[in-house]
Amino acid sequence: MNTVTAPAEPRPAVPAKKSGGFTAAASNYIDERTSISTAVKELGRKIFPDHWSFLLGEVALYSFVIILLSGTFLTFFFDASMAEVHYDGSYVPLKGVEMSAAMASTLDISFDIRGGLLMRQVHHWAALLFVASIGLHMLRIFFTGAFRKPRELNWVIGFVLFILAMAEGFTGYSLPDDLLSGNGLRIIDGMVKGIPLIGTWTSFLLFGGEFPGTAIVGRLYSLHILLLPAIILVLIALHLLFVVVHKHTQYPGPGRTEQNVVGFPILPVYAAKAGGFFFIVFGVVMLIASLFTINPVWNYGPYDPSPVSAGTQPDWYIGFADGVLRLAPPHLDVVLFDHTFSFGILIPLTLVGVFIMLVLFYPFIEAWITGDKREHHILDRPRNAATRTAIGAAGVTFYAVLWAAASSDIIATHFKLTMEGVIHTLQVLLFLGPVIAYFIAKRTCLALQKKDRSIALHGYESGRIVRLPGGEYIEVHEPVDDFERWKLVSHESYQPLMIRPDSRGRITVAQRARAVLSRWFFEDRIDPITRAEIESSNHH
Amino acid sequence: MAQDGNSGTDIAAADSSSTGHGTEHAVGTAVVARDAVQNPGFPPHRARVTDLDPKKEKNAERTVYTLFYLSIVGSVLAIAAYMAFPIIPEDIGSVRMNNLMIGLGLALALLAIGIGAVHWGKALMHDQEGIDMRHPVRGSEDTRARAVEIFDEANRESGFGRRSLIRNSLIGALIAFPLPAIVLFRGLAPENENPVDLLKHTMWEAGDKLARDPSGLPIKASDVTIGSVFHVIPEKLASVGHSEGYLEEKAKAIVLLMRLKPEDLVEDEDKKDWSYDGIVAYSKVCTHVGCPVALYEQQTHHLLCPCHQSQFDVTNHCAVIFGPAARPLPQLPIAIDDEGYLIAQSDFREPVGPSFWERH
Repeated sequence: MNTVTAPAEPRPAVPAKKSGGFTAAASNYIDERTSISTAVKELGRKIFPDHWSFLLGEVALYSFVIILLSGTFLTFFFDASMAEVHYDGSYVPLKGVEMSAAMASTLDISFDIRGGLLMRQVHHWAALLFVASIGLHMLRIFFTGAFRKPRELNWVIGFVLFILAMAEGFTGYSLPDDLLSGNGLRIIDGMVKGIPLIGTWTSFLLFGGEFPGTAIVGRLYSLHILLLPAIILVLIALHLLFVVVHKHTQYPGPGRTEQNVVGFPILPVYAAKAGGFFFIVFGVVMLIASLFTINPVWNYGPYDPSPVSAGTQPDWYIGFADGVLRLAPPHLDVVLFDHTFSFGILIPLTLVGVFIMLVLFYPFIEAWITGDKREHHILDRPRNAATRTAIGAAGVTFYAVLWAAASSDIIATHFKLTMEGVIHTLQVLLFLGPVIAYFIAKRTCLALQKKDRSIALHGYESGRIVRLPGGEYIEVHEPVDDFERWKLVSHESYQPLMIRPDSRGRITVAQRARAVLSRWFFEDRIDPITRAEIESSNHH
Repeated sequence: MAQDGNSGTDIAAADSSSTGHGTEHAVGTAVVARDAVQNPGFPPHRARVTDLDPKKEKNAERTVYTLFYLSIVGSVLAIAAYMAFPIIPEDIGSVRMNNLMIGLGLALALLAIGIGAVHWGKALMHDQEGIDMRHPVRGSEDTRARAVEIFDEANRESGFGRRSLIRNSLIGALIAFPLPAIVLFRGLAPENENPVDLLKHTMWEAGDKLARDPSGLPIKASDVTIGSVFHVIPEKLASVGHSEGYLEEKAKAIVLLMRLKPEDLVEDEDKKDWSYDGIVAYSKVCTHVGCPVALYEQQTHHLLCPCHQSQFDVTNHCAVIFGPAARPLPQLPIAIDDEGYLIAQSDFREPVGPSFWERH
């Protein structure tokens, strides 16, 4: 990442300082071989803006580093084999039980290697944090419009990383070959078999024969520690490279424009704060891992196709995919042309697939609707992009309903409801919830815009009540200063697209669709305040 | 407020318009206001308490180095904990102490570095914000023109566009060369087996005794009282080793055995002799995605899959009454042998488990 701007031209060997001791000599030695001074010159004082929400992506990056460190430790002891062994470790309740070498070595890591359980728990907690922080980071990007030009491709890279993080999580979850992970794989097997034409053979090849076979743990292990991390690493590098190329976005504020970036330089402030933050994230994960158990596979026992416990749950980030399966209505197998179409699985999978595609391509859809080809480096306050925020709220609600559905049985038993009642409610909410969330969010955004407008024009309520000579009571409004006001007024609005015939006098279908979408987006809008309005309000 | 954005750009360029790159301002449907409010510029810098009060600065400095020293203490504690709290075989408490003490030591070491560094950055380091200017992401016109020129030159010099036979054959070759890799993946599963055949059969055969899971003890009809439920495997499964496909066979052959009052059973005419005196046997593999349907509600005679909550009605050939499953659980026809043990009449009459393409 830090060689981006280094030019390839040969440079004369002139060290920054001739004098000085070891540091100068070492710097000179390295620079004469790497041209690193160019990188330091370009990047050393590079400015990064400050905001708490910019830390979410950092949390994701740092938890990935923690996962790599703890995961490497685990590979030294884990045996990714499904060969049958009789457990002979320290955990008494499972002594003598037949299990795979994978499960036995997981138990050995947990019970016979000092610090092994700690590293396992650090690894698992950091993985949960990794997916969670990517998700929150994406929400921040979405609601502030940071995906707009020129960052659309980086949104796509980030979203692919989110999917890969879930794939990493699932493959890792399956490795210990315990009862829960085996059931998770059984569900994957059932879903794969439901895919038309290729499902049966895909499952057969994936498991190296019939489920569960003796191959799947080894195969998932290669994916988990080799292929997926390599792809993730490359994409993270690309993701950060783009952050450097684009320079970071910033929130609106006095002095901040589309042409500048205001904040602290990498050296020294940002290095201290971001570097320190890595240790804070690592420390918090370590603290959680030392205090709270995660994935106690010894309670579940080795995989056996027969037993299963009530209330089985995947890790949180797979919940939405498990939940969508639960919401399908019964009796959806259809036999057509002598083949079985398993719509009970296909419909949920398609629903999730469409959702994922909409999220993935959202930046391009919005860009098409607005027709805005400018670069945007100042973030939107979510309220100022009411329709986008409402769409985001609808998406979050959709996801949340699927997620809740993954716990339908727990909800039913915990709140003493019927299973059927919970499922039927969630089925309705899956479609109704996003609509309700959409309208609430949109109206809230518009109301907040109105409030901003009134504060910018008439000042804020001071809480001071004054009685006028006539007996009338008023609350005194204090004007906001220019700097405060700028945050409230420095945004643009869009207007609905007017349909106009093209050069050949025709109105295309695409044009009509765009106009409809544009009207949907921008029909309800509140114009930003102008200077004239402020001046006239000052006269009051 | 019209859409003719160009008239307003002189103002907008200052704050909200695009970084100018010499081309037209494609604002789309954005409304670029003519008299938008002007950016007031940077607010006056506010000094921190550590800038104003040398005593506070000294305090902050002391806090930072104390934290760093504390971190060293944490690291030492973690090492000490490794030795002081060893894992004693078969003592679960020692594992807990080992985990807790090493973890707390490390957490202290890490958090103290982190908080110290951030505090240093926030309280002591120079806090005047800096400004970088942005430039359009796209290359300059010269650069872009040169890039086009380079491709043109390369095209001319290689004849990539002109020599279409070479180009097209190369594209064909590049498409074809990864195909063998796809074929190689056929080796992921045994080559002499066909999943469709395997999925259509289980190890149950006529005369196989129904046995308890996991003990493998055969079950007598008289053992099965009304309302009870048995988790069942074929008796001969016990003789299958793990390397001979124990789990694979078990994953298909598991059965649930229940006894109801015979008058509670609503049986199809052609399946009347599949049960024995109110005892019925059904595949335990959910027809949805294959979880074991492990929960039996005695009062309602419903089976419930704990994974996705499909429910099956045992009195009515395990028809799906709720949840995402599409088909009833397949029934295993049973009978009793001379000694009163429950036996299978045959294999399941249809494939067990989740639906698949070639199932029908």
